[in-house]
Amino acid sequence: MPIEVLMPALSPTMEKGNLSKWLKKEGDSVKSGDIIAEIETDKATMEVEAADEGTLGKILIPAGTADVAVNTPIAVILSEGEKASDIKNAKLAASFETPAEASAKAGVSKGEGGQSKAPDAPAPQAAADPDIPDGTEMMSMTMREALRDAMAEEMRRDTDVFVMGEEVAEYQGAYKVTQGLLQEFGGKRVIDTPITEHGFAGLGVGAALAGLKPIVEFMTFNFAMQAMDQLINSAAKTLYMSGGQMGCSIVFRGPNGVAARVAAQHSQDYSAWFSHIPGLKVIAPSNAADAKGLLKAAIRDPNPVIFLENEILYGHSSPVPKLDDFVLPIGKAKIVRAGNDVTIVAWSMGMDYALKAAEELSKDGIAAEVIDLRTLKPMDTDTIIASVQKTGRAVTVEEGWAQSGVGAEIAARIMEKAFDYLDAPVARVSGKDVPMPYAANLEKLALPSVAEVVAAAKAVCYR
Amino acid sequence: MAVAQKNPNANAKEPASLAVPDFSKEQDLSAYRSMLTIRRFEEKAGQMYGMGLIGGFCHLYIGQEAVVVGMQMVLKDGDQVITGYRDHGHMLACGMDAKGVMAELTGRAHGYSKGKGGSMHMFSVDKGFFGGHGIVGAQVPIGTGLAFANQYRGNDRITLTYFGDGAANQGQVYESFNMASLWKLPVIYVIENNRYAMGTEITRASAEVNLSRRGLSFNIPGEQVDGMDVRAVKAAGDKAAAWCRAGKGPFILEMLTYRYRGHSMSDPAKYRTREEVDKVRTMHDPIDMARHRILEKKFANEDGLKKIDAAVRDLINDAAEFATHDPEPDVSELYTDIYR
Repeated sequence: MPIEVLMPALSPTMEKGNLSKWLKKEGDSVKSGDIIAEIETDKATMEVEAADEGTLGKILIPAGTADVAVNTPIAVILSEGEKASDIKNAKLAASFETPAEASAKAGVSKGEGGQSKAPDAPAPQAAADPDIPDGTEMMSMTMREALRDAMAEEMRRDTDVFVMGEEVAEYQGAYKVTQGLLQEFGGKRVIDTPITEHGFAGLGVGAALAGLKPIVEFMTFNFAMQAMDQLINSAAKTLYMSGGQMGCSIVFRGPNGVAARVAAQHSQDYSAWFSHIPGLKVIAPSNAADAKGLLKAAIRDPNPVIFLENEILYGHSSPVPKLDDFVLPIGKAKIVRAGNDVTIVAWSMGMDYALKAAEELSKDGIAAEVIDLRTLKPMDTDTIIASVQKTGRAVTVEEGWAQSGVGAEIAARIMEKAFDYLDAPVARVSGKDVPMPYAANLEKLALPSVAEVVAAAKAVCYR
Repeated sequence: MAVAQKNPNANAKEPASLAVPDFSKEQDLSAYRSMLTIRRFEEKAGQMYGMGLIGGFCHLYIGQEAVVVGMQMVLKDGDQVITGYRDHGHMLACGMDAKGVMAELTGRAHGYSKGKGGSMHMFSVDKGFFGGHGIVGAQVPIGTGLAFANQYRGNDRITLTYFGDGAANQGQVYESFNMASLWKLPVIYVIENNRYAMGTEITRASAEVNLSRRGLSFNIPGEQVDGMDVRAVKAAGDKAAAWCRAGKGPFILEMLTYRYRGHSMSDPAKYRTREEVDKVRTMHDPIDMARHRILEKKFANEDGLKKIDAAVRDLINDAAEFATHDPEPDVSELYTDIYR
């Protein structure tokens, strides 16, 4: 059957073009790939190639015609044995059906007015923390030790788990978080990398796509900026882009946030950066027990998890339940201190300011409820909202910058879901909008402080 | 190590006539059919793009077919393949279903990624195809990681990590070379040098245009290969695979090849002459060369080849029909596959 050649679209936005020149004439034989015509678009002159073999039977649109709409038949190609008189039976090479027509036929659901409406986003589900049996021994340990134990326990449990990064093996970790792992698990599973963040982050993603469960340590998250493309474009998006076929179970961990006296390039908080990305889970614990339970959960999680630790908190000790397998749910905030007057939301180092401020506030008769977010994405909005419905006031605390920060996100969610409960605008305490200075006095000013949290809480309480 | 210092296409001389091992009848016919399948698929994709059925970016593989077909002949079950965004040929060579690939191009429900990935993002766990990556060079560390996983598990699988002459200038490629060589990872880096990184000819972008030498400072051996001759590709691939499987670490194969079409559908390719394209096409086309060889050696006659051509055309037309009539993904798919 004769085949119509259509005016092609050569870019996603092209609607029409000029047919400037025919390079074949009627009666010429053509084969697949031959250039038969030239068309002009607003951008360029393009060549039209024949996609079928045969004879150019008839030219339907003469050279020099302007504004030929895309998909207009411009010529007819006759196959072997066909005559010009067959042209009236011409048919498209592929019978044409718009995507919408095909979908309608198959009953793909549409919203009102034939316009597809986005379905509601599924609400994140998180289990409650596991019960800790009465009489469970509590061990005081540093966050550093808790993180090490979490990795060691998971590596004992699953041989697919390995840890890689700069100085994680022989040096025992730049911040000694991987201390003893090389001795227990050997060089095959505790791997020193060259200083090559982009490369080893991508290598980790590849190993994870192949089914292993890498723990990739960044010496600090400042250096993860070198690897950002692999974290976002490869780790976070592959499951979606593969239609659910292929995903990666991988943990990227290391110290995040403000360190002490190391200036702008080594001292910043990436909480907001990573929690912006669908496909990533983001965890930022504030104490040893949460660090242990959540890192174990992160290693088992089938998704890419960004695990933000804090250099200053590494040496802080707190009680950790002595249990064989202490795993906490990802996506669940914790009310660390109950109160009725104002809700303070923080995570990681922010909790240090929040809890000290709550103590101060109690002296003035203000009972603050302090929520440790623990997981930034998916965010446990319900716990925040329930608290704000009780207190009517909220303060967020973060070391990161205010603009597009996690505090801004929390404030927006409170406004969306608890506007009528608010007795005052939500207040944000954050790092100042400057690169971190080196000088001790300026560094102190650039950071949030207990005094600022106290002041913000009093302000929203109109005290 | 280099077998030829110059791209046989670069100065438009006669095609390189290096001694390459002959194919058996079965190999020649199978390679011809595979290359033709890719060619016809891509022509059809170009046509459907022109009809507005395929959107966005669409990078066609026409001209480069011998590379993936020859390399695929080297692989064993369980070996892995990863590449960049000019990936349709790799997927078909891996044995992925033309219907599923074409339906992904049209953004439909039964595409390999349920219509959520498109031309540059398809994967197949079954066929060992790990994508389909849209960021130039990003597949190189990932492919190195696939090889790391094979070594970790102690199997003898190898990974083909494809990238182009453009990606060869990305920093993460050299970070990967370093780790692959340091740890002796079983990965073959297949550089598809089609001479143009989008519109930039290689001599304008690369200080060292012999890309097979790019691993020298990492002690990775490399060879230039006539990537238009499927037999030469297979022979070089066998050698590199044996090297990798023997635990000697990575190997670089620079495939000297050529793409006939623009970088993507909207590229008018004005950075090169039509004569240059025609010369490769008429004198060094991988499919034409295979066809002549088959006839010359009487592996098949004209009628036999016509039957193959017709079968390939049917396969591609079926894929196009399927991809045109398959529904779009259900709107409920918007929020699936973000986490599992």
